[in-house]
Amino acid sequence: MSILVNKDTRLLVQGFTGSQATMHSEQAIAYGTNVVGGVTPGKGGSLHLDKPVFNSVLEAKELVNPNAAIIFVPAPFCKDSILEAAEAGIELIICITEGVPTLDMLIVKEKIDALGLKLIGPNCPGVITPGEAKLGIMPGDIHLRGSVGIISRSGTLTYEAVKQTTDLGLGQSTCVGIGGDPIPGSSFIDILKLFQEDDETKAIVLVGEIGGSAEEEAADFIASYVTKPVISYIAGQTAPAGKRMGHAGAIIAGGKGTAADKIAKLKSCGVHIADNLLEIGNTVKAVLG
Amino acid sequence: MNLHEYQGKQLFAEYHLPVSNSQVIFSANEAKEACFKIGGCKWVVKAQVHAGGRGKAGGVKLVNSPEEAEAFALNWLGKQLVTYQTDANGQKVSAILIESCTDIAKELYLSAVIDRSSRKIVFIASSEGGVNIEDVAKNSPEKIIYESIDPLTGPLPFQARRISKVLGLNSLQSKQFNQMLPNFVRLFQEKDLSLLEINPLVIKEDGNLHCLDAKINIDSNALFRQPKLVEMRDPSQEDPKEQEAAKFDLSYVSLDGNIGCMVNGAGLAMGTMDTIKFFGGDPANFLDVGGTATQERVANAFKIILADPKVKVVLVNIFGGIVRCDLIAKGILAAIDEVGVNVPVIVRLEGNNAESGSAIIEESNYAIESLNNLQEAAKRAVELAQ
Repeated sequence: MSILVNKDTRLLVQGFTGSQATMHSEQAIAYGTNVVGGVTPGKGGSLHLDKPVFNSVLEAKELVNPNAAIIFVPAPFCKDSILEAAEAGIELIICITEGVPTLDMLIVKEKIDALGLKLIGPNCPGVITPGEAKLGIMPGDIHLRGSVGIISRSGTLTYEAVKQTTDLGLGQSTCVGIGGDPIPGSSFIDILKLFQEDDETKAIVLVGEIGGSAEEEAADFIASYVTKPVISYIAGQTAPAGKRMGHAGAIIAGGKGTAADKIAKLKSCGVHIADNLLEIGNTVKAVLG
Repeated sequence: MNLHEYQGKQLFAEYHLPVSNSQVIFSANEAKEACFKIGGCKWVVKAQVHAGGRGKAGGVKLVNSPEEAEAFALNWLGKQLVTYQTDANGQKVSAILIESCTDIAKELYLSAVIDRSSRKIVFIASSEGGVNIEDVAKNSPEKIIYESIDPLTGPLPFQARRISKVLGLNSLQSKQFNQMLPNFVRLFQEKDLSLLEINPLVIKEDGNLHCLDAKINIDSNALFRQPKLVEMRDPSQEDPKEQEAAKFDLSYVSLDGNIGCMVNGAGLAMGTMDTIKFFGGDPANFLDVGGTATQERVANAFKIILADPKVKVVLVNIFGGIVRCDLIAKGILAAIDEVGVNVPVIVRLEGNNAESGSAIIEESNYAIESLNNLQEAAKRAVELAQ
């Protein structure tokens, strides 16, 4: 087992013919992901990467029945693309694009929840189940199928955690990048629930960063509902207050959202802390024994 | 992006929110005329900087003559105002706001933010205004009300009544607030705000509600659809190196240490800073070159890092995802060639084609070392910085 994506995932690519979408779709197909087609309004009826192009998500839904969509359209159009996929009933929507306005996300999130669908991102590397399906921009070859579930707010930092667990032979069940924005489609808690229920996942790595209170909320959830070992690393221990560290969500505001507070809270809820970035893999190994 | 108080108040006026009669001036010789235009015999002069705590720092003053207003402007324009919210250098005073004087009966607090947990716009109001709201939250939480706005319904009159009760408004003021609340929400939504704060919102001697201050932050992600707000940007309030980086679409924050950092990805950049600190060093900056570290981006990043005279060594940490490390290595060398780097450079390449990338770095003629794990790379950088 794994979570969210597997060999039965039928992927639709929105913004399919754009350069980023093309490059990452090629990689996804090479990895073995079942890409059933893409959407670029106005280019319907043509073929791209040997896959059919549709004018709308609904048209694609009727003809090739995708159960997941990945979005590469520019930020101003993401709200439209996500809601188009949602309206067509696509169960899992992954938005890679960064720079989506926060107020757009308030509306999008409300609608996604009301429809009972799943959204990952925006501003995220996507989701991968090693050896089965790659829905995102992560490098496929650093992954190894195994027993660690990884959740992260950051892209390259996730790769670092992946690489360490691969090098130690632990491998990953599924890796989920939830994105660095203030209003993510899925929270740590949403993904923790899935990993808790997944038989293949023996330990969960939660890679957090400064800003907001998502890690603190996750800690409370872990204390009450997660029986599997959770290992966490929090980036931004040396970040000054009031400065936004790249991600829109990574800012220490009004003395809240510091790494020290998050680490203390996670520890108090039974989470194992990797003191520094280099110790993520070793901490998992030590915990799993 | 932040706005000045005077810009915030222009927006308030646009949304029919009560603000003082005012004029903004950019040179001292405009001061007297501004006072005459406003009328009256008492004015409040306020230095415009992107920071709070101006009053205590001497940046706000009640004046009794146009000459006094002019003297204030002469004294402050172009100078640095240091408040408890700025760093030791302070912020440059780029304008002075001159306002008619308001007779205050009571000071209140009102703000709106996007609450990440409930994923809604939330209003925060308190009967204790003109003070630090964090202190009120700590010492007398019963004096604060949080009211979230449902995106489906917008603000409802019962919510305005609930806030009015906590603010201690009488029935006339409560009616006024009920008319103001939807305008605040419209302003927040239409202008893509991330923060709106009025501290203080006041009850005047004549009993009317009045916005005496205006602090507004705008969601940077939404600037593409806010061209009028983009024009309000005041570069004098921003770190010049951070501005330069923003031009190249690089995310840069200047820090106090001497180890320049260039990393791809914001999370890994923070992780790299933490690792440097872990080994006893001090990062000079946060810099995210983005997911695709091309030669052009790397060259621009070097220029920005090296413009900081504190930098004694540069640590490059790239996790090559989709981009191949050998291409990144060539980009780094070309960038060093172009920029002329005169401090040691430590490069750690990981991921796609990392070995051939490291080989390219090692074969070069520059004072540049390639180390394939972050631990060694960070240790070496710390050693060289001492």
